[in-house]
Amino acid sequence: MKAASSARDSVPVMVTSLGLVLVLLMLGMVIWLILSRGLAAFWPQRLDRLEMKDGSVLLGEVWERMATPEGGRLRLRVGNRELTGQDILLLDESELRASTRPQDAVLVERNENGVFVGWLDGLSGPGVALSGDGPALRERLDASLDAMEDLDGALRDLQEDARRLALKRGRWEEKLEQGTQGDERAQLEGRVAESGTRLAALESQLDSLRAAADLWHLRMRTADGGTAELPLLQVVRWVPANELGPLGRTGVYLARLWDFLGEEPRESNTAGGVWPAIFGTVLMVLLMSLAAAPLGVMTAVYLHDYARQGVVVRIIRLAVNNLAGVPSIVFGIFGLGFFIYFAGGSLDGTLFANRLPEPTFGTGGILWASLTLALLTLPVVVVATLEGLAAVSPATRMAALALGATRWQMIRQVVLPNAMPGILTGLILAVSRAAGEVAPLMITGVVKLAPSLALDGDFPFLHLERKFMHLGFHIYDLGFQSPNVEAAKPMLFATALLLIVIVLALNLTAILMRNHLRKVYKQAAF
Amino acid sequence: MMELKKPEVTQREDMGTTTETAVLAQGVEVWYGPSRSVHGIDLCLPARRVTAFIGPSGCGKSTLLRCFNRMNDLIPACAVKGSIQVHGMDIHAPGVALEELRREVGMVFQKSNPFSKSIYDNVAYGPRVHGQKDHHQLDEIVETCLKRVALWDEVKDRLKGSALDLSGGQQQRLCIARALAVGPRILLMDEPASALDPRSTGRIEDLITELRDLYTIVIVTHNMQQAARVSDYTAFLYEGNLVEFNETQRLFTKPENEQTNDYITGRFG
Repeated sequence: MKAASSARDSVPVMVTSLGLVLVLLMLGMVIWLILSRGLAAFWPQRLDRLEMKDGSVLLGEVWERMATPEGGRLRLRVGNRELTGQDILLLDESELRASTRPQDAVLVERNENGVFVGWLDGLSGPGVALSGDGPALRERLDASLDAMEDLDGALRDLQEDARRLALKRGRWEEKLEQGTQGDERAQLEGRVAESGTRLAALESQLDSLRAAADLWHLRMRTADGGTAELPLLQVVRWVPANELGPLGRTGVYLARLWDFLGEEPRESNTAGGVWPAIFGTVLMVLLMSLAAAPLGVMTAVYLHDYARQGVVVRIIRLAVNNLAGVPSIVFGIFGLGFFIYFAGGSLDGTLFANRLPEPTFGTGGILWASLTLALLTLPVVVVATLEGLAAVSPATRMAALALGATRWQMIRQVVLPNAMPGILTGLILAVSRAAGEVAPLMITGVVKLAPSLALDGDFPFLHLERKFMHLGFHIYDLGFQSPNVEAAKPMLFATALLLIVIVLALNLTAILMRNHLRKVYKQAAF
Repeated sequence: MMELKKPEVTQREDMGTTTETAVLAQGVEVWYGPSRSVHGIDLCLPARRVTAFIGPSGCGKSTLLRCFNRMNDLIPACAVKGSIQVHGMDIHAPGVALEELRREVGMVFQKSNPFSKSIYDNVAYGPRVHGQKDHHQLDEIVETCLKRVALWDEVKDRLKGSALDLSGGQQQRLCIARALAVGPRILLMDEPASALDPRSTGRIEDLITELRDLYTIVIVTHNMQQAARVSDYTAFLYEGNLVEFNETQRLFTKPENEQTNDYITGRFG
């Protein structure tokens, strides 16, 4: 195999190696693109002040420099959406007169309207009125932001309390409407009345907190000389982009990465985090595995060990193999028709009739999406399990039977443990496929923005009927459905990278488990 | 009543008493689809003796052996005809539970086939399958059986270790211990030493000699010296027929049949 190939062999070697080179090149390009863009998404950029020939002055991050025949073009992120209406500009370099990098320019990340770039100009709040940039202002700003964070936390807690109380109250009212009588009715009415006053108290508490927060403002000076007052509650962090050293930039990077992983998305997904999508993806894959693994293993065991081997079994095997090649959207449509309309509709009719015409299970949700994907990945699990079962030697099976074990005892105690590595291999493949699938999800329960996670502190904790977010769909949404595609680009690549990392992590877990089992259940060496 | 080929047990002086019958086969035929591999064998195996089946490859000796615990049932195209009684019980009778039959008639295979479980769990597997849950009882069974196959001293410190880490000979002895653990009266051994080196083979043979007083042992072997060394009785099978069945010493010194003589003197097979 080494250098022994003769001259006549050199052409096939060249042709085949060309194939390999092409494949590696393309894979390398994809990985490089996603890695470089995904990893760079949160890296704080420098702010440049650009003086244009028409006299206007801009401040922003230069995201890209494109070469054109007429000179270069710049993609400049200027932020300040509420003032300019457009936070990303395309500029011809020929229009540019001068470019400087002002040391004290600052980028402010906000909850609303994207980033704001400019210079710190003042801070106002109860008993505080600072103006002009300086150490005093910056110190005070940091302290105020900490206070705002506490206040924001308090606000969220209050909102959560109010939401729960309203939920309980809704249930009590529902009971009352159903016509509860006697003592119980009086008790319920009392509860509803009491919760009403408590809700009102919570609301007024919320109002006063909001009012207190609204008193705080950060004043910013923009590149064109104007000023803007930013409500301090909206400010997430301020970054002195041009002053930061490598360490400072790394700090900002990590903080942004942390937000990305742990926060909810905002501004129609172009900012904030993807935590609900991570959660939805992982939960859906888990639910899918819970459904697909037992069903697939049961099917395979019957086909391999119980069914009389013959034409029918051969046909079924062939059919299962071919099922793996059915386009995923077809499974999605089946899921919509069977699970959502038929199964979900019947469920609603029997169990949730009082909520109709509002559907509970009769609309897309994480349960139906998981089951649809389970159906999609079932052939993979079945085929892999069949192979795993076939790999358990007949001698081992005979040994169990010869000891007086029943067929089921043999399967459960001897065959299945030995086939476990094969079964897990199937599950790995299924998980990889399910985690990256988007098309069938779009019609079975994925949404752009889910109001709440499918798992939370409200009874019954796991809400299988809820719609959910998914990283694959999130990528599609960011790339093609976003109102601000340019602004969504860094998030897009970061999300793609994250999805790959999650699939890799899920696979790695299964592979480690499989290798461990292989060690435990190694086949006899003799 | 059919005339059965029953060995002249009264000539044995070391055993003294006449023996009861462990396995009584009458007109046993085995068919693989349209072809017949065992042609109507009548045979009576004495209890607590070692009987060896010898004969060239494909003569049906392993097939016949597998009839006694109905392992042939597992082969879809295989059909067994005739009557087989194990300690007086017709094993093909409708109400017979296979699990109980196999508890009575244990089997050791040509290739050692321990489960990929611990040594302890291998031996305890059979009793557990038959409902034994008591830990002390299981401990006792495991110890007794491992001692019986002379493996206890070698493995007592690593009972929880994998059975697959044992040597080939140890694995085969473990398989014998595993078969003994369910308390069979009859032990079928299908060329139990053919995959082992001479030293391990010797140990298995010693083991058979030690177990002969407790169990009815039927051993299929290719090795005529082995049959001569370990067995009390030998049956010579050829092309699906029982050619000769006699005391081992008689069969090997004064065979009554020409074919037997040819086979044991190495003229064919």
